[in-house]
Amino acid sequence: MFRLVGARTINTQWRLGVMARFFGLLLWHSGSSFRRLRLTLREIYFSGVLSLTIILISGLFVGMVLGLQGYETLQRYGSEEVLGTLVALSLVRELGPVLAGLLFASRAGSAVTAEIGLMKATEQLAAMDMMAVDPVARVVAPRFWGGVISMPILALLFSAMGVFGGYLVGVVMIGIDSGSFWSQMQASVDFRNDIVNGVIKSVVFGVAVSLVAVFEGFDTDGTAEGVSRATTRTVVTSSLAILGLDFILTSFMFRG
Amino acid sequence: MNRTTIDLWVGIFVTLGALALVFLALKVGNLSGGQIRSPYSLTANFDNIGGLKARAPVKSAGVVVGRIQEIHLDKQHYQAVVTIQMDGRYTFPKDTFATINTSGLLGEQYIGLEPGGDPDDLKPGDVIKKTQSAVVLEKLISQFMFSKAAEGPATK
Amino acid sequence: MSSLVSLRDVRFSYGNRDVLHGVTLNVPRGKLVAIMGGSGCGKTTLMRLIGGQLRPRAGQLTVCGAEVPSLDREGLYDLRRRMSMLFQFGALFTDLSVFDNVAFPMREHTNMPEPIIRDLVLMKLHAVGLRGAENLLPSELSGGMARRVALARAIALDPELMMYDEPFAGLDPISLGVIGQLIRKLNDALGASSIVVTHDVQESLQIVDYVYFLSDGKVVAEGTPDEIRTSEDPWVHQFVWGEADGPVPFRYPAVPYEEALLGVQRA
Repeated sequence: MFRLVGARTINTQWRLGVMARFFGLLLWHSGSSFRRLRLTLREIYFSGVLSLTIILISGLFVGMVLGLQGYETLQRYGSEEVLGTLVALSLVRELGPVLAGLLFASRAGSAVTAEIGLMKATEQLAAMDMMAVDPVARVVAPRFWGGVISMPILALLFSAMGVFGGYLVGVVMIGIDSGSFWSQMQASVDFRNDIVNGVIKSVVFGVAVSLVAVFEGFDTDGTAEGVSRATTRTVVTSSLAILGLDFILTSFMFRG
Repeated sequence: MNRTTIDLWVGIFVTLGALALVFLALKVGNLSGGQIRSPYSLTANFDNIGGLKARAPVKSAGVVVGRIQEIHLDKQHYQAVVTIQMDGRYTFPKDTFATINTSGLLGEQYIGLEPGGDPDDLKPGDVIKKTQSAVVLEKLISQFMFSKAAEGPATK
Repeated sequence: MSSLVSLRDVRFSYGNRDVLHGVTLNVPRGKLVAIMGGSGCGKTTLMRLIGGQLRPRAGQLTVCGAEVPSLDREGLYDLRRRMSMLFQFGALFTDLSVFDNVAFPMREHTNMPEPIIRDLVLMKLHAVGLRGAENLLPSELSGGMARRVALARAIALDPELMMYDEPFAGLDPISLGVIGQLIRKLNDALGASSIVVTHDVQESLQIVDYVYFLSDGKVVAEGTPDEIRTSEDPWVHQFVWGEADGPVPFRYPAVPYEEALLGVQRA
């Protein structure tokens, strides 16, 4: 039992080391992916634009649920007018980056892993390498940067949609005064402390999810089961990474 | 999917993201509310500021006339020094009274200004001398309890 | 004629499993050489060594005059621009059209303007008989067609050395004949040297100039196709004529049959 835990720990450390080295290699080769912007644009399309629907719809519903639940709780204390604050702060600080990150991991991250894994399984990466084209520069780096760029945009859209959802439920459905909804929100949401910190979070999540996704894809053993295992691992690892990083970042950012 | 449609979609995507940021910044956050025209700064010392935070509003007769820029502790007198950014359109007499108030029972705290009658106005960099500290609930309660205890029989 | 590729006593092992125990072979310029052997005898490993994807444990390996194992990444990539490899199942890039697949090496390695690339791609596709299929995606191609597209991509930059990894695997007899003829024709037209790794004896004996037989990580026989067909060597005879039992035993090494059956009862 203990030996199993020990072996697991060592294995995790080992993978972490390999991943760090891979990250270095990736950054080293990233220059070319900015020179050939078109490849990166393509990946922004695949990981960002195609995730748009799920992000917008989820954001709207999360905002609406926050509106309902928040109203239920706040009316007990007779302070329904701070509903706007509650919805906006929880979305901008936490739920926007975290939920958008989790959705992004399962929608785009797994797709990237599967794609790279299949390219490896069908020897496309080896063929590219034999054509003297570095697969890290040509395949991995654009996908990584596409994810890093898409993620904050998706998180912003998620938060904006969520606030709109909260507005729909709070003001249109329940009938809180629209003026106090917005003014209470504006009075307590700070641009630098809340919104910018939320964006920073989403950038960090974007780096984490994209790195895990391209690494797991690149690291598959090139069989069908290998690819499916890697896809599952991407979702699990990057979800855990998001939640863990969120705790660390939150404790740094909002301690004051 | 050819290249130009991808470019178009990525363009739309980035624009949407920028719009969301603008929406969050202006409508949700207080970036627009934080703009103070031709600001000048004042300072005020308080014995206790309670839960007052930077960027909290400064109001007079309920109208926002400035914002709190920065708060620190004066090491000599152990008083809180609050720096206020005042809207340039408003000036206040020298003997203006600054109090720390709470909006509602549990709402946020802000500084209220009550103008006095001095003919001279506060100039940029001046210190508001007349201040009243925040009402700290625990202190009120403990004062009340101590006075009760003092009234009671002093036997052991 | 000088040799383009030469291996002298090359040894290689994966971990502590030895795969090649001292292989020596030469590929002369302009010739088509086949490397044959049963499954798992190290043929593909040999190819990866020549391409520099693996490094030998010992021995000399020169390609185009360069000592492959001692090359750094830059040098290796320079060398690889002069060689080309056809993978077993084509390894076409699934997200690119046929045209873009063939244009890929040109776009990556040259600054040729788009009209010239277009003309070159059509020429290469014409050479493999697939002009007109340039807008299809790899998923819309049959196995034989995919292999031909991969071939067009492999010759895109007119390589000096072509390597084919099992080019005949999984093809119907017609596609197989087409690929065989293409390999021969392209080799002569390009003036390149080619290495074909295969276990398809009859097809390759018709097209190649020289054959090496590999077994158990060693070269066990070599010669021209005619020498091979008339060879008295029992191993070659078994392989060429596909006999089930011979020097390569049908049975996996094990304890004698009776002992295994009876031994269990006695115990």
